[in-house]
Amino acid sequence: MTSILAQANADVRLDASAVDYLLVAFYFLLVLGIGYMARRSVSSSLDFLLSGRSMPAWVTGLAFISANLGALELIGMMANGAQYGIATVHYYWIGAIPAMVFLGLVMMPFYYGSKARSVPEFLAKRFNRTTQRIQGVIFAVASILIAGVNLFALGLIIEALLGWPLTVAIPVAALVVLAYTTLGGLSAAIYNEVLQFFVILALLIPLTLVGLNRVGGWNGLVEKVTAGPGGAEQLSSWPGTELTEIANPVLSVIGIVFGLGFVLSFGYWTTNFAEVQRALSAKSMSAARRTPIIGAFPKALIPLVVVIPGMIAAVLLPQIQAVKAAGGSVNGITYNDSLTLLMKDLLPNGILGVAIAGLLAAFMAGMAANISSFNTVFTYDLWQDWIRPGKSDRYYLQVGRWVTVIGCVLAIGTAFIASGSQNLMDYIQALFSFFNAPLFAIFILGLFWKRMTGTAAWIGLLSGTVAAVAVDLLVRFDVLQLSNQAGSFVGASAAFIVGVGVAALVSLSGQPKPEAELTGLVWSLTPRSSRTHTAEGDDAGWYRSPQLLAVLVLILVVVLYIIFL
Amino acid sequence: MTDSSEGHNPAGTGPADAMQTGTDAPPSAAANLFDLRTIIALLFLVYGLVLLIMGLVSTDAADLAKTGGSNINLDMGIGMLVVSLLFGLWVVLRPLKPPTAEQLAEAASDDRPPGH
Repeated sequence: MTSILAQANADVRLDASAVDYLLVAFYFLLVLGIGYMARRSVSSSLDFLLSGRSMPAWVTGLAFISANLGALELIGMMANGAQYGIATVHYYWIGAIPAMVFLGLVMMPFYYGSKARSVPEFLAKRFNRTTQRIQGVIFAVASILIAGVNLFALGLIIEALLGWPLTVAIPVAALVVLAYTTLGGLSAAIYNEVLQFFVILALLIPLTLVGLNRVGGWNGLVEKVTAGPGGAEQLSSWPGTELTEIANPVLSVIGIVFGLGFVLSFGYWTTNFAEVQRALSAKSMSAARRTPIIGAFPKALIPLVVVIPGMIAAVLLPQIQAVKAAGGSVNGITYNDSLTLLMKDLLPNGILGVAIAGLLAAFMAGMAANISSFNTVFTYDLWQDWIRPGKSDRYYLQVGRWVTVIGCVLAIGTAFIASGSQNLMDYIQALFSFFNAPLFAIFILGLFWKRMTGTAAWIGLLSGTVAAVAVDLLVRFDVLQLSNQAGSFVGASAAFIVGVGVAALVSLSGQPKPEAELTGLVWSLTPRSSRTHTAEGDDAGWYRSPQLLAVLVLILVVVLYIIFL
Repeated sequence: MTDSSEGHNPAGTGPADAMQTGTDAPPSAAANLFDLRTIIALLFLVYGLVLLIMGLVSTDAADLAKTGGSNINLDMGIGMLVVSLLFGLWVVLRPLKPPTAEQLAEAASDDRPPGH
């Protein structure tokens, strides 16, 4: 597989010039400079806290969205744009915004208020140690698998840029990330993520502008897509039958709203520690609640510069046209190559260097988030709370260092698993259906139902995961006639339903925790006053109200859906 | 690495440490160096200038064929300089305030871990 890719992608090679490399080098200089300054100025936790405290909430919000705006998101969503057209916007508008708003308004008071440092630790408080440990292990495995996808994505970029085969590019890329995380450290992460956000935009905006220019503007794109193999259907978001592969439009809409919009996206955004970690570090409850909602504004607008270039790739580039006509890989080129091919064909030297820097930035955003949250959960929830409790601080610090190295090495292995996937986004959605949907099921049940027991939590978690894996296997061996895409929707829904069902049954036969222990962890046992926040000082002003911002971003999404109906 | 481990190290780097090292330390210059807006302004200043020059002196027919006739380097260069200027203005008009003694005390007594 990899050797085929390596040969075929020789014509994907970017013609980068000295100026381009200079621009990339300058970006790396800034990233490493931020890391260096963080090391120098953060010598105590107070410094650490203060640098966080001096940050306004919109910066935390951008870091929140940037942690999600990884290379796999870019490459995968552009691939989806090329393959499915406008319907890809569902991943953003129904698949992210409502969940982000829900996280900010409903769940953040519990997360932030419980003072838990990680999602597994929250589970230990609400349920029991067993649930914490099982979720800790599942999260560690998931992080490494997803870090592998990011690594594979960076391998593709280095291959395109330098012409190295993937077998060389992937280990080298892992070393680059290791160096970056070692030098920059977690304390510099938020700064780098915000910087990455802007550089990624400096990649996407010119790509979209030039692309539209080449196809004759929006009208030219509409004309060409209509004439293409996908037809006019790819110009409308609803009912998205091609995306879900559910022929009946009504069922397709239900599939999108429940499968993608509810189970997959709520599972991802509200329980994925790599995301929640950003909001937990905010300076106040108000800022923590605003973090995901502020992040929702750029998230709502990003598909305009991701999905549209993907659609342009499918009508403008002969290679992607061939892939689309054949309905699969042609000469080793897949939809995943859309982004790099577009950069090669559309961007002259100069802006090409900025674009390469943006792509590398996107990669670092994704993988650094995976590795750092893996590191936290492994060291804290697994090693300290379980395997080797009661050691000195220095000891756990050493463990944390080694875990970072081991995490990067393991990610090299999982990168090669990812390289076998046709469409990276299908692969990642399948992973989310295994790991996030069952977690969300027990999370939401535990939040609203005080009867739910600890035993029910981990049994529900495991049976949900088994259900999702079972669906994936049925799809893989063609027992269920679904595409990978639709398979992960069904798998996530199955995981959620099985998780909730099993947890409810087990709870009824067990003894719930005493209510006094559940204050601040269960909705009905938490007084309204501790679910709200102060609006004084830096949190004052009507424009800092989480509710108002939430309403505004929901209106924005409705308007966008009306435009791209 | 030291930094990354601090973030999730539950004891030792917590409030007690902060109390010892923090309250009487001068408001450090590092806090100002660390104004992210300056770094964003610097990034786009350099990128904007390079692209502007590229757009003015080295745009040839092959480049124009790629872009469908528009001088993207020039356009983006100007755009980035504007972004840089806006961030620069923001830094000048609303400088980062050094933390007050009150905030320092509050930070020290805060029992939230310095987690990320």
